[in-house]
Amino acid sequence: MSMRLPKQPGEWINRNKPVKFTYEGNTYLGFEGDIISSALWANNEQVLGRSFKYHRPRGVLSLANHDVNAMMTDGVDTNMRADVVEVRNGMQLTAVNTDGGVRKDKNSYIDKISKLLPVGFYYKAFHTPRSLFPFWENIIRKAAGLGVVNFHYPRILKRKLNTHCDLLVVGAGPSGLTAAIVAAHNGLEVTLVDENQQVGGSLTYDRAGSGEAATQLQELQTLLAKYPNITVISGAYAGGYYADHLIPIVGADGITKVRAKAVIVASGVFEQPPVFRYNDLPGVMLGSAAQRLIHRYSVKPFENGVVVTANSHGYRVALDLLQAGCKVAAIIDMRAAGEDSELAESVARKGVPVRKGCCVYEALSAPGNLGVRGVVVCAYNETTSEADAANVTTIECDGVAMSAGWAPAGALLYQAGTSMRYDEGVHQFVPARLPVGVFAAGKVNGVFDLEARMMDGARAVSDVLRHLGKQAPQIDVAPHSEASPSHPYPIVPHPAGKNFVDFDEDLQVKDFVNAAKEGFDNIELMKRFTTVGMGPSQGKHSNMNAIRILAKIRGLPVDRIGTTTARPFFHPTPIGHLGGRGFHPHRLTSIHGWHEAAGAVFVEGGAWLRPAYYDKPGVDKRDIVQDEAMAVRLSAGIIDAGTLGKIEVCGPDASQFLERFYTGSFASQKVGETRFALLLDESGVVVDDGVAARLEDEKFYVSTNTSNAAAVYREMQRWLQQWQLSVGLVNVTGSMGAMNLAGPNARDILAKLTPLDLSEKGFPSGHVRETKVAGVAARILRVGFVAELAYEIHVPAAEARHVWEAIIEAGKEDGLRPFGTDAQRLLRLEMGNHLVSHDTDGLTNPYEIGSDWAIKMGKPFFVGQRSLKIIARKPVTKRLVPFVLDEGYNGEMPQECNLVIDDANQIRGRATSVAFSRSVGRVIGFAYVDPDTATAGSVFRIRTDGGAMVNATVAKTPFIKTHKGN
Amino acid sequence: MKLLKCPMNGVRPLTEFVFGGEVRDMPDPNTCSDKEWAAYVHYRNGAPGMKKEWWYHGPSGTWFIAERNTMTDEVARTYLFGQEDKQ
Repeated sequence: MSMRLPKQPGEWINRNKPVKFTYEGNTYLGFEGDIISSALWANNEQVLGRSFKYHRPRGVLSLANHDVNAMMTDGVDTNMRADVVEVRNGMQLTAVNTDGGVRKDKNSYIDKISKLLPVGFYYKAFHTPRSLFPFWENIIRKAAGLGVVNFHYPRILKRKLNTHCDLLVVGAGPSGLTAAIVAAHNGLEVTLVDENQQVGGSLTYDRAGSGEAATQLQELQTLLAKYPNITVISGAYAGGYYADHLIPIVGADGITKVRAKAVIVASGVFEQPPVFRYNDLPGVMLGSAAQRLIHRYSVKPFENGVVVTANSHGYRVALDLLQAGCKVAAIIDMRAAGEDSELAESVARKGVPVRKGCCVYEALSAPGNLGVRGVVVCAYNETTSEADAANVTTIECDGVAMSAGWAPAGALLYQAGTSMRYDEGVHQFVPARLPVGVFAAGKVNGVFDLEARMMDGARAVSDVLRHLGKQAPQIDVAPHSEASPSHPYPIVPHPAGKNFVDFDEDLQVKDFVNAAKEGFDNIELMKRFTTVGMGPSQGKHSNMNAIRILAKIRGLPVDRIGTTTARPFFHPTPIGHLGGRGFHPHRLTSIHGWHEAAGAVFVEGGAWLRPAYYDKPGVDKRDIVQDEAMAVRLSAGIIDAGTLGKIEVCGPDASQFLERFYTGSFASQKVGETRFALLLDESGVVVDDGVAARLEDEKFYVSTNTSNAAAVYREMQRWLQQWQLSVGLVNVTGSMGAMNLAGPNARDILAKLTPLDLSEKGFPSGHVRETKVAGVAARILRVGFVAELAYEIHVPAAEARHVWEAIIEAGKEDGLRPFGTDAQRLLRLEMGNHLVSHDTDGLTNPYEIGSDWAIKMGKPFFVGQRSLKIIARKPVTKRLVPFVLDEGYNGEMPQECNLVIDDANQIRGRATSVAFSRSVGRVIGFAYVDPDTATAGSVFRIRTDGGAMVNATVAKTPFIKTHKGN
Repeated sequence: MKLLKCPMNGVRPLTEFVFGGEVRDMPDPNTCSDKEWAAYVHYRNGAPGMKKEWWYHGPSGTWFIAERNTMTDEVARTYLFGQEDKQ
């Protein structure tokens, strides 16, 4: 039997496009535009899923994206919400969270033993004995959770868009539509977003059996279409509110990040279920859900229904049901006063009996809890919230529509920092104080009358215009004056329970009472103990009732109970929407291509990729590194040093600037000289070192460590701004290439390519020369970092590869070999040079690493000087020393960061660099030790990862033999 | 994501900026006591409220000062060092 109605005005389905799909193995027909739930309901299929905990059959509840018991999978997507996902041709659907099918779920026995499983039972039941917990955990984990994750989910890139507008309106109901139109009329660029497939909000379904709403919607749509400055995004939801009005709009195909100058939240309200026994049976649904079925999808909710209500909306629902051809067996109005309006008269004229001051005490279930066969009705005392269970009558029906009140869809308002207050006139939380640039309109603002809602939309736009600095009239919207649209306590107690508050987590009224008894009587604690609002719908249909129950238990007004924190996202948002592309940019030097061709294995250094070593098939990596280092010791090697930070410091005050910035002396530095540049922070900690070359009287060329280049340049800029010196800074890190040619043959090789006098006298160590190398303008620095004879050759980055290749060619017969950072680290260690931030940390002062010589305390000022004066008066507590292990040591290698341990088993320091050196023939390294074991020849012990204690002897640097004046 | 106004480049997204810590007035290193100096170097006032902070606009290399309420995360104004009165 089909529940499909004849064509309804404004229906969302396309009857020309039938859709064939299967659900739980059976084939069904629907139409394009149907959601899964409506297509199944049209086929009289009411069991759409099983509940999370008790595996009770469930049907339609809201059709507003919180029917989380009607979750399905098509084998690809997990947990598709049947109440919002449109049905597609060929879909093969099954309900999640069943064992053996939705109608014959083997886990439905849990419902029968539910008395044994109160809230929090597993916290208490399974924590002892501990040995059994893994057994229980396994069972609990299987029972928890809903659908099964598809590990073969296809990788689908979801687009990200950024847009800007003057005004973002969230919600395209009557107030949102009016706001958008009025704002557009005033010349604003407007974006209007609504999570439904079509705009209109309540006008698309709440019609009270009349055609007025449809006409009104058509008028608004006509106006909407007139304004090209309105962008409408439907079928997508505002996922959250982020600082300065950034709102991600989540659609099926990706996220649009909207940056607005102002936001109007016209998100409406969620209908809240009244609570009575068996209010969860398939066929019991919210009044608005029944209306959505009728007007959007042209599906009859049931044949013969009962409306239980506590507001005028229930009467509107009854009129819609009658208009759709349903019988309405009765309206059960929980209010003693009942309804006093045209609606009530209209309902009475149509012969629907109304029972004032009565409640549904319980719904009666069809066999297997698969449907409704009637309701038990009795008097309800609004003052005591008690049902008169002694005098009940039974009304036969096959469905129940519930309309007892609303809760604001206020997530965005909360996230933006709105403070809300409980309004007794509408029995709803409404905005009390809104953040700057955020406005609320319509039902979420506590305005319910249709005309008033549209007025409220216009009022909000007036506020927006004034916020944007434009002239706009002050509009006042009268507060709600009719009966409250929400009942203050629509909750009917029942000794047998199963009166559900939270359909996500199967929470009953007694669970809240028990939680309060256990002491969890604060709303945040109650949420965590009962898990109310923690299910997939995040409390959209349960939080308000939970607050009301807690307020009653504690005898406090609702305002004093408060609400839980609303966090993004508003609806569950697929991870795939949030994930970006794998964008991990690297900086490459201009010689990178050559390295690749030469088989380089790369390593990250800051943002740079640098060759760690050049691979040779069949040769062990460790041997390659030693071979590369030996080439530097015996003939020559070359390394790409283009990653070094390179900064030009120019101007009349250049030397004065360096004097203040670095620890050394630069005023006395002669043109053509280089000086070591040690940088401290204000607390006297070593943060960087480099070389400053004086190219001209007013021009220095300063290098920094690769990974510190950006930070050092930044600090230079900051100090320069404060010192107000006449200096220009240029960061040429990227525009200058560099390479270091090192080893005994370096001079002979370079001599082939430059006219410069390279003799020791003509170009001694500690100097810089500007010349040409391979025809390219170059700056050459004699820097003895990796070898005694070494030339650091700086050329424009674009020419670096040409120069590199020329040097490689020139060095062919001299045994020149390129080397990577692994060999470089070994070579500098052999030379006895420590690396800042490798051999030092965030507390190391220069005295601890023997850099006293680089500090000119006599200067009037440098960064860190004042702190050093304090540090210098205190004894040094640790020293960085070079060490060697015993000759022929072949035990477990100490690792960097292994600790130095004394005889009393106390930590005295740690190793910072450890490597075997073929040149030295020993394992060498750096370690922090006690000052009294810091003299050459002292022995200390390093504890390896394996626990072995290894003797190390303090050595002298350099580890290798050098010949001053080579 | 927050927006910040660079005095040179106008309003830009926060990802373009680097935080540089609270603006602290350096005592005269030649006359201040060790204690005063240590307080300058190490102490930070964590109490929420209006703070002067260093911010750096990375793409253009501009240091500037923002007066920000750390309680509400509202930036009252931004200006270049030494140009406080010109705003």
